Amino acid sequence: MAITDAPKIITSRFGYDDSHTITRYVSTGGYQALRKALEMSPAEVGEQVKSASLLGRGGAGFPAGVKWTLAPADVWPRYLVVNGDESEPGTYKDRILMERDPHQLIEGVLLACYAIGAGQAFLYVRGEMALAQERIAEALSEAYKAGYVGRNILGSDYSIDVVLTWGAGAYIVGEETALIESLEGNRGMPRLKPPFFPAAKGLYMQPTIVNNVETLSNLPWIVNNGGEAFAALGAEGSKGTRMFAVSGHVRNPGVFEVEYGVTTFRDLIYAPVYAGGIRDGNQLKAFIPGGGSAPWFFEEHLDLPLEKATVDKAGSMLGSGAIVVMDDTTDAVKACLRLVRFYARESCGKCTPCREGTTWLERILQRVLDGHGRPSDLELLMDVSDNISPGLTWPPKQTTICPLGPSATAPIASALGRFRDEFEARITMAEEARTSVPVELKAPSHA
Amino acid sequence: MARLTPENVTLAREIIDRYPRPKSALIPLLHLAQEQDGHLTEEAMAHIAELVGVTPAEVLGTASFYEMFKMEPVGRYMVNICTNIACLLLGGEELLEHAEEKLGIRPGQTTPDGLFTIEDVECIAACTEAPCLQVNYRYFHRITHDEFDALIDDLAAGRRDDIPPHGTLARVRQHIPPERKAGSVVPEDRATPVWIAAAAAAEEADA
Repeated sequence: MAITDAPKIITSRFGYDDSHTITRYVSTGGYQALRKALEMSPAEVGEQVKSASLLGRGGAGFPAGVKWTLAPADVWPRYLVVNGDESEPGTYKDRILMERDPHQLIEGVLLACYAIGAGQAFLYVRGEMALAQERIAEALSEAYKAGYVGRNILGSDYSIDVVLTWGAGAYIVGEETALIESLEGNRGMPRLKPPFFPAAKGLYMQPTIVNNVETLSNLPWIVNNGGEAFAALGAEGSKGTRMFAVSGHVRNPGVFEVEYGVTTFRDLIYAPVYAGGIRDGNQLKAFIPGGGSAPWFFEEHLDLPLEKATVDKAGSMLGSGAIVVMDDTTDAVKACLRLVRFYARESCGKCTPCREGTTWLERILQRVLDGHGRPSDLELLMDVSDNISPGLTWPPKQTTICPLGPSATAPIASALGRFRDEFEARITMAEEARTSVPVELKAPSHA
Repeated sequence: MARLTPENVTLAREIIDRYPRPKSALIPLLHLAQEQDGHLTEEAMAHIAELVGVTPAEVLGTASFYEMFKMEPVGRYMVNICTNIACLLLGGEELLEHAEEKLGIRPGQTTPDGLFTIEDVECIAACTEAPCLQVNYRYFHRITHDEFDALIDDLAAGRRDDIPPHGTLARVRQHIPPERKAGSVVPEDRATPVWIAAAAAAEEADA
């Protein structure tokens, strides 16, 4: 049975209209994990998270408990930075978590900072999310007043300020080193890794742990119920539950929290309790399994479980939990162009292959779509892509500092690989228009 | 319409005080200036440079990187229509075209009465609610052409006071009560956090 009755770990309060208030949060078990953690040593809290095998929910899927241990021993201060800059095309989960259950996130932040010994935490919310900023500002004020945040938390020797901060519109800032640059007041351009791995040299060149909103929102449950209870849910290598947004041509688009690694794409896309199947009785053409940067999947991938290793091996990724479904009315060239245009617009310009490459990919695709394509364009698209991501392998190689450039090549490789005929048809039409002999005009009869 | 007002300077100082380094407050302060004037003026950016202790060029360098900061006046209402993949599949482009017709402007332009600017924007994290848009960063989900028209008419007639003018983001600000404030931790502060040191001492005592 793939549709499980696993508990709702992070969306448990979504049914309440006042889920964002401290009253609701505390009356539904909120801040109990913080009390419990304060009775434990920081190392014990870290152990619980490690034994939960919680994979980061931002996109890369790195184990959170392990990430915490990467900071060099006894180097202080350390910082925690919360990545709430959700912008990956198709992704919709961190925003709901921030708007609907901000205290859960704040408690997660407090648990993380206690475990890693952070001196200060910065909660970086995407600039465009006004309501999330309001809800977090309100929640932080409530939590400070109630003694959960700030100096001598709940009368203990644990003190920390959680600072709400926000961006101003730049997808690239979701990349952790770019986010740190932005938090330092700079242009959000990624840093080269090595040497600038945030855990070693992050914010102000100090050890910095960058965790995603959904990742941290899991921590209260893990501390309350134990890492083993979390690890008992899900599949080997993909534990707990996870939020997936299913959008596009489905009957019932929505955000669903499901047991990780067990539910299949078919369940999520077709089951009546989830997205309910393709709209209007149409057929599935393709779907994006993990956000705009993920290579596309097709009919033959429907029975794969939403499990990290399985999806990686099949040539794509679960990324940010964003599933975009395209039915057979979808124009593959247009969908591909729109995704590529996103990367072209959002390239920060630091690395030449990305800055120039994404721009040219967009231009070439636009002329193919507009009926001005040339027969050599398809090869050219692959060639430019290859210059950004050599060999177009999976996982991708890159000639750039960050993965933004290579991400632009994913929709091209997918759409061209599967729907080459659609691209060729447009180019053939363009060729015919170019080479057709104009009708010979007769001389005017009055001459 | 120039430098930050005295009230905003007080607010700016409070914001700067939350960060270990003043320059980290730059983006929030630029938002504050944009809230005051509707867009970023050179005077406001120069004032922020003074407050933060950097050059005006550095402030402009940062500001110009980010999409939300406007160097020229824009409409009272910034209408951002998403045309990225999930919205594209469900009529985002058609909605944008409809908006262009309704308002008689192209993306990036402002109506002559100074009320509306439209933008063709990237994914705004409401994909299951496509097609979607934001007005001054407030969400409108699954919007039809008729609903769009009604929204514009309401805004033009001043019937939507739940939407503040362009520049105002969160209307609720974080305020840390001084008696509860733990204080910023600057990178030079090499001390082991108290609770970490205490746990290490306890462990040593046990051993």
